[in-house]
Amino acid sequence: MRKLYIASLLIGGMALGSTASQAEDKDWGAYKVGDKLSGYTYATKETRAIQDDDFENPAQIWVDQAEGNWSSVEGEAGKSCESCHNAASDSMKGVATRYPVLNKNKAAMVNVEQQINFCRTSQMKAKAWKWESAELLGMTAFVKLQSRGMPVNVKIDGPVTPYYEKGKAFYYERRGQLDMACKHCHEDNPGKYARANLLSQGQSNGFPTYRLKWQKIGSLHRRFRGCNKNIRAQPFAYGAPEYVNLELYLNSRGQGLPVETPSVRN
Amino acid sequence: MLRALAVLAVGATFSVALSAATIAAEPAKLVKYEIKDGNSIPKSLTGKPGDAKKGREAAIHRKKGNCLACHTLPIPEQSFHGDVGPDLKGVADRYSEGEIRLRLVNSKVVNEDTIMPAFYKTDGLNRVMKKFKGKTILSAQDVEDIVAYLMTLK
Repeated sequence: MRKLYIASLLIGGMALGSTASQAEDKDWGAYKVGDKLSGYTYATKETRAIQDDDFENPAQIWVDQAEGNWSSVEGEAGKSCESCHNAASDSMKGVATRYPVLNKNKAAMVNVEQQINFCRTSQMKAKAWKWESAELLGMTAFVKLQSRGMPVNVKIDGPVTPYYEKGKAFYYERRGQLDMACKHCHEDNPGKYARANLLSQGQSNGFPTYRLKWQKIGSLHRRFRGCNKNIRAQPFAYGAPEYVNLELYLNSRGQGLPVETPSVRN
Repeated sequence: MLRALAVLAVGATFSVALSAATIAAEPAKLVKYEIKDGNSIPKSLTGKPGDAKKGREAAIHRKKGNCLACHTLPIPEQSFHGDVGPDLKGVADRYSEGEIRLRLVNSKVVNEDTIMPAFYKTDGLNRVMKKFKGKTILSAQDVEDIVAYLMTLK
């Protein structure tokens, strides 16, 4: 798209590239569900091609490492993930579509990263992995990969509703010196350009994602922090309840889109 | 209510406004301004007309106006103009100087739901990053320079 954009600049002089999202003029198959458009549909053709081929997708490096970690024993309990969960391809199938979920004490939502670390500390008696470490990103991606192609299906009713409402409030709340809410870019203006960046619907179904700009795999919370910093707002910590609630809300906005982890984005 | 707010804004003397113009963002003391008919700020924030040439630079500057993030402007040497907001070519034919000034200072006075930041405001903001706390995005001088530049777009 960037190439196209340059071409249109050259041809049209000041006539800049089309304002309409490229997302609207193609049959996107599973990446479009009703009016919900995966970030895939906003990525450039070249980027989509990388995601389409697991052998090309650099995120697979982290996933492969995690596949090894799945069966490696760690911690005082002498267990691995496999000790309790057996083959991930069976036990983890569909799990990520439901996350975040209420934690055991029903006192907070937990996302996949946090559930992995909860298993490590409580079951394996091992140390928690750090946020954005290769180990935690890789295992999160590996677990989510077992749901690839399955529709996002989070629960937002019953005791979960208050957390959903908090996430929703966050989405519509202005913040930062630039005084913007998530919705100003991702609900009001997807398909428009902010300089060279094509604004997307901000869907969460492809995370952790390999982002070309990062040259690395990264979590949804890293993306949240980046967005917050862009609008000159004080970011929250990785795994903060504010971000987990927002994750729940975003997943509910993307309900029905396929899990795409590990996706590739610009 | 906005008029009341503007009056409440701590007044700064003319000389303070001028000295503040040399730095990128202004400290908490804002120049007092008056909004007319909820649609314009007729008087210059510095009491003087701005410099259109400097305004063009500030409009491009990513840490100042960064207008190109969202708007297309007749600035051909810069690539990738945004299209979130309206094209500003001919903006001076559509709005008066005072109307443009208000839209730069605080666009939310005319459109509560706008994505456009208020470039000269420090109050009523939420969770501002530490290093930007109490600071405006643009100085009063930057605002006037950009107003002067936009007024050349006829």
